[in-house]
Amino acid sequence: MDKWENNRAWFLVLPVFFIVAFSAIIPLMTVVNYSVQDIFGPGQRVFVGTEWFEEVLGDKRLHDALWRQFLFSGLVLLIEIPLGVVIALLMPKKGWGASASLVILALPLLIPWNVIGTIWIIFTRPDIGLLGAAINTMGIAFDHTASPIQAWITLMFMEVWHWTPLVALLAYAGLQAIPEAYYQAAKIDGASAWSTFKYIQLPKMRGVLTIAVLLRFMDSFLIYAEPFVLTGGGPGNTTTFLSIYLVKIAVGQFDLGPAAAFSLIYFLIVLLFSWLFYQALQNVGKGDVK
Amino acid sequence: MGLTLEKLDKIVGQEVHLKDIDLHFEPGSRNVILGRTLAGKTSLLRILAGLDRPTRGRLLINGEDYTGVTVRKRSVAMVYQQFINYPSMTVYRNIASPLLLAKLDTAEIDRKVRQAAEMLHIEHLLDRLPAELSGGQQQRTAIARALVKDAQLLLLDEPLVNLDYKLREELRIELQAIFERRESIVVYTTTEPAEALMLGGNIVVMDEGRVLQTGATPDVYHHPGTLKVAEVFSDPPINYLQGAVSGGRASFGEGIQIPLSGHLADLTDGDYMFGLRCNHLFLARRNPDDIELSARVTLSEINGSETFIHIVHGQDGLVVQDEGIHPVKIGSALSVFVNPSRLFVYNGGGELVASPVQGRY
Repeated sequence: MDKWENNRAWFLVLPVFFIVAFSAIIPLMTVVNYSVQDIFGPGQRVFVGTEWFEEVLGDKRLHDALWRQFLFSGLVLLIEIPLGVVIALLMPKKGWGASASLVILALPLLIPWNVIGTIWIIFTRPDIGLLGAAINTMGIAFDHTASPIQAWITLMFMEVWHWTPLVALLAYAGLQAIPEAYYQAAKIDGASAWSTFKYIQLPKMRGVLTIAVLLRFMDSFLIYAEPFVLTGGGPGNTTTFLSIYLVKIAVGQFDLGPAAAFSLIYFLIVLLFSWLFYQALQNVGKGDVK
Repeated sequence: MGLTLEKLDKIVGQEVHLKDIDLHFEPGSRNVILGRTLAGKTSLLRILAGLDRPTRGRLLINGEDYTGVTVRKRSVAMVYQQFINYPSMTVYRNIASPLLLAKLDTAEIDRKVRQAAEMLHIEHLLDRLPAELSGGQQQRTAIARALVKDAQLLLLDEPLVNLDYKLREELRIELQAIFERRESIVVYTTTEPAEALMLGGNIVVMDEGRVLQTGATPDVYHHPGTLKVAEVFSDPPINYLQGAVSGGRASFGEGIQIPLSGHLADLTDGDYMFGLRCNHLFLARRNPDDIELSARVTLSEINGSETFIHIVHGQDGLVVQDEGIHPVKIGSALSVFVNPSRLFVYNGGGELVASPVQGRY
């Protein structure tokens, strides 16, 4: 009797199993399949073991792209998280101002990624772009297609403009969830604005900020559309991030084996860092998590 | 001396939160503010604390005008309905936080924190974080933080509402003992008449932003000055029977007539409302002079170890509080018994003209 009931439990899990299999496991295994074989055509395949992995791991250009990627994601987090929190703190708590600022904040989030690239290409063009032309008339030579630093600055600007609102919205939601009584208690205790932020607002925002850091890390680590549209990875290779390099190998050179190996490594890196961030944020000064 | 409110109003936009508040709290007194939700209890506490400014009127502390003085410059501690603690600090740091801000020396802080923790039986939890505590323990921490401050004014805004029944009873008894030993003015708000009676001291009955009646808690309970006070200060709300007095007899309900005697003897002719608390209605005759009311049951609810039976007698809906759990069929006929000596009598304006003499039972 017990055994029968256990078997029935397995049937109940089956639908989930199929969905996960088709949405995640099977596609992932296809990539694994490519990463360990050299495929010339239908029926012509050679098992190559870890050869592609070794090749990719030894690739100097991949190392460069990886460091570039870490620098980019690190800067993104350093700018977007504090900026988002500051914006959330400055936003009105209620009334029409709250609704208005929410709508304005949400605008960049509604624009498709490739359109963002196009908008900023036009916006920063030195000849006709509003921003580009303005900077150039001020006497600063600005052209993101020529200078790597300026290409990076433009990209960071795009990224910050596009995604800080998400952090701000999350932080704002976290702030709104704090009962008014906490602020009263702090006032009665005679706490300063800084103490209130440090001991009430920040710990209370921990949950949403964890999500914000994870989302922004993963997303910026996978950035593709913006640099692809804006610079195509240039000037030189200075904005060739991991995904751009990956697409160059897979589509540009049609090296599916190394591209698959690369994809898997890429996936593992994102997974590892997301886990590390999650662990770190859960354990630092444990407070109100649940 | 003490704390005085003079002709105080609080108006936010078009809404009147408080109107014509005149109150005085003695140092060392225990004061209960009783009122239903939206009666203005929290608005009053916020003004007492100095979190809000009154729209009109003055607040005097020991004769000095403190109306516009910010909360930072006052000696106030407050406990809230929600369990408010600093989430990232341990219980110890939480309790110590007001003392740290006051820059006391470490040994003194340690002594006071441990004393407060001991008083609230949380000394074994000092290293925990608030998120790791139960609701009751979190509120104990918040109360300890308020007590440790030794403020002149200790405000508690329905502190036990969010706790379960058992914990509420427990903490209510402990709080009573703690308040007894303090020299500060304690102001405690509640919606529950039973809680107000238990805490004793003085009471302020509020409704719709106004003070209806003040006085020693038992006195107000036994002589609720208006129908509204009787309603707020009885749980379930007091029962009414429409009636009249003429020719030395009172009549009410379905043709019931009684001779005027005892506390009713001096009533003059006219229309009256007879008030009767639910615990003074019985399902069996207890005295020879009890009046029998025949009624029909409309609802029966079991509350803890009591049964509330809702009945209709003539035009009047009544609630009977019956000790013990007794299933009663809805729609069935029922006789309830009332002793005339338990009747509150209100005139047409809703003012008390006669109340039961105490000590009869």
